[in-house]
Amino acid sequence: MRIKKVFSLKIGGCAGQGVKSLGLLFSKCLLHLGYKTYSYIEYPSLIKGGHNVVQISVSQNQPTGPTTKTDFLVALNRDTLDKHLGELEEGAGVLLDLGEKENTLKVSHKVKFFGIPLANISGEKYPVSNVIALGALVALFGGELTILNGEIEKEYRHEKSMAENLKAAKLGFDFIKKNYPKESAILNPLESLTESPDKILDGNEAVSLGAISAGLEFASIYPMSPISGIIHFLASHQKTHNYIYKQPEDEISAINMAIGASFAGARSLVATSGGGFCLMTEGFGLAGITETPLVVIEGMRGAPATGLATFSEQGDLSFVLNAHQGDFPRIVLAAGDIREAFDLTRKAFNLADKYQTPVVVLLDKNICDNSQSISLPNSPYTIDRGKLTTDRVENYKRYILSKDGISTRTLPGSGNFFIANSEEHNEFGYSSEDSGNRISQMEKRMLKLETCAKKDMAPPTLYGSKNAELTIVSWGSCKGSILQALKDFNNVNFLHLMWLNPFPAKEVETILSQARYIIAIEGNYSAQMARLIREKTGIEIKDKFLKYDGRPFFVEDITDKIHRVLKDIKNG
Amino acid sequence: MDDESLTTPYFPTWCPGCGNFSLWSAFKNACIKEHWDNSNTVLVAGIGCHGHILNFIKLTSFETLHGRPIPVATGIKTVNPLLNVFVFTGDGDCLGEGGNHFLHACRRNEDLTVIIHNNGVYALTTGQTSPTSPKGYKSKSTPAGNTDAPLNPLALAITTGATLVAREYAGNIENLTSLIIKANNHKGLAIIEVLQPCITFNKRFTHSFFRENCCRLDPDFNTANKQKAYTKSLEFGIKKMPLGIFYEV
Ligand SMILES: Cc1ncc(C[n+]2csc(CCOP(=O)(O)OP(=O)(O)O)c2C)c(N)n1
Ligand code: SF4
Ligand SMILES: [Mg+2]
Repeated sequence: MRIKKVFSLKIGGCAGQGVKSLGLLFSKCLLHLGYKTYSYIEYPSLIKGGHNVVQISVSQNQPTGPTTKTDFLVALNRDTLDKHLGELEEGAGVLLDLGEKENTLKVSHKVKFFGIPLANISGEKYPVSNVIALGALVALFGGELTILNGEIEKEYRHEKSMAENLKAAKLGFDFIKKNYPKESAILNPLESLTESPDKILDGNEAVSLGAISAGLEFASIYPMSPISGIIHFLASHQKTHNYIYKQPEDEISAINMAIGASFAGARSLVATSGGGFCLMTEGFGLAGITETPLVVIEGMRGAPATGLATFSEQGDLSFVLNAHQGDFPRIVLAAGDIREAFDLTRKAFNLADKYQTPVVVLLDKNICDNSQSISLPNSPYTIDRGKLTTDRVENYKRYILSKDGISTRTLPGSGNFFIANSEEHNEFGYSSEDSGNRISQMEKRMLKLETCAKKDMAPPTLYGSKNAELTIVSWGSCKGSILQALKDFNNVNFLHLMWLNPFPAKEVETILSQARYIIAIEGNYSAQMARLIREKTGIEIKDKFLKYDGRPFFVEDITDKIHRVLKDIKNG
Repeated sequence: MDDESLTTPYFPTWCPGCGNFSLWSAFKNACIKEHWDNSNTVLVAGIGCHGHILNFIKLTSFETLHGRPIPVATGIKTVNPLLNVFVFTGDGDCLGEGGNHFLHACRRNEDLTVIIHNNGVYALTTGQTSPTSPKGYKSKSTPAGNTDAPLNPLALAITTGATLVAREYAGNIENLTSLIIKANNHKGLAIIEVLQPCITFNKRFTHSFFRENCCRLDPDFNTANKQKAYTKSLEFGIKKMPLGIFYEV
């Protein structure tokens, strides 16, 4: 088979058939063959039944977004064939159960079928049929069984299940070798690495690793899709990394516990999705007025209410920017991919401590649940706890007025007296309704945001040439598909926003006011980013390319849109 | 350490005669006896008349949101178990707005001392019916009388897992002081319900009402028996409001 720039493999089955773990293990095998991967996962909010799909983009260079077209389909059940046959490219391959082979020839172009006895080969149906398929896949892609065995041994530590899975893998592998002996590899291995420098990570794992490497000390998280993966990771690594994960009774408790822990000196984290953040809005402002550092991870999903529990959206931007009554300084950052999720989580801890205020890192389900090959940097990270003293200070004033708005924080037990007070308070923290004090404390708190904008806010990134015919503005997980699509164009550039509050208004204005044609791309109904840009810069973006069906922007969505607009521009 | 070192520039703004005054004295006496100071102690309060106490004791503290002192205190104690952590909460704060936190703190038996200023009314918001107001109680929010049955904080605490559960009348300063000390020394969650007259908004639960109707638990009462403690905690009526430790394990 021809090697394309990006090869797209799709695996489908019903929930419970192990689609996700098949995708993960095969991605790991692909690393050994020298490939980079990006995986998009789509699943319903069900444990058994329902249709699950993993789409893996495979390439020599890192792929960054999901695509709709398919070069190879693994159908663990009948449903997958029915749903995805239409997406197959000319010459695509399909791995399916032997019994299905006859019934599927309703695609117009040439497709090659590889029938293997998924269901009967081992006499058992589930759960090993996914591993039989995995063995077959490795054979078809020119890998060695030893590579797969190594990954299975790492994944299944329990002796019995390890043996069962090794057996299933060999069955699938041998079946292909025996029945399709002349088949050349679907993708030629680029290399044969015993250890790949890359790992396969999803966004939840990247956030967790970021938090741990930033010196996380306390996390309280209530389960909710799509951030539950953060709980699973953090809960299982507490002992080795010396932090506490505590399961709260609800998100209200989660944020209040984290605020208490932070007040007592611990670097603290909460994570939730929009629905949980609704419950946290109260505590969000408490952290603001008491000037307590706090990192909040908000993984967006389809909203409102329970919404689309396992699908993606970028609909919480306005909410997070405005949540809670009144005014207090909040820092809001948004990650565009897994690497940024790692970096921004680390940065958020330092910002929270430095500005003694809550910092939100916005993610979306596409980042939380999707995975890719990545090698996390050993880049230096210095914990910056900001103005903090545990020494005894004469006549200590916790909320002393200062030029940058930041006062020196202390901890309970240090001997210094202060009150962290949800009521308006004076410099010591005593409740105060005095008008002059109110004004100075309000201004002091809000000044921190200006200080942050001057000292820490990064300008937005402009990808592509400065002089382009078309400028895309976007944020969050759209980044990956946009960058991938942009590889086919040399006259389009892309402005990626990461700082949403404070907002780099000057830089955005400069770039956009020079742009010849602007498209805003975002995953929500009301173009919340475009609204923010208008609020901050006065620039109204007319062409808004929006998606709110719970699915990500596929690379093809972006490519098609660019083609349409370029054509319109050309035709005047 | 003396009363002076605990004094802040603010004299309590509670109504003269409010039960919070004697509770305040009892707590400060415990601080002095036990050397609770800014190197070892932190106070956490909810929102209500009770929460104002933080402004009148010079100990590092956190005045949280209405209903939220328990989770904030839980976070503090979890990351710094060396601190003595006290929660001051109201009947509305603890059992209304914060009811879920109360249940779960009991279930987890968090190592905290929780003092419930039970005045049977939302006092700070000028006198509405609270979760512990008796049936029939007339207030601004129930002009025709409260139709709902009151919650019993002690019975709740015992059944859900707190390991020291006690009641005291705010006016018994000495008893309250030693109870607070005992509660702080207790490993696990200590719940102290303080019968705290709100002289302005609760004309039923007055000082003289409590003086007349409170009785002391029998010194031989078996505080290790959960069933008996529970049954005892349900006694609450004329001449029959037991004070003391109901349950301690
Ligand atoms: C979220 C929220 N809802 C309502 C209030 C208004 N509020 C302040 S204190 C209070 C009730 C206090 O009752 P309780 O906890 O029994 O305290 P008390 O004043 O009786 O000591 C209420 C409803 C608030 N501050 N915050
Ligand atoms: S209103 Fe009631 S509880 Fe509040 S200070 Fe006055 S007497 Fe005390
Ligand atoms: Mg009350």
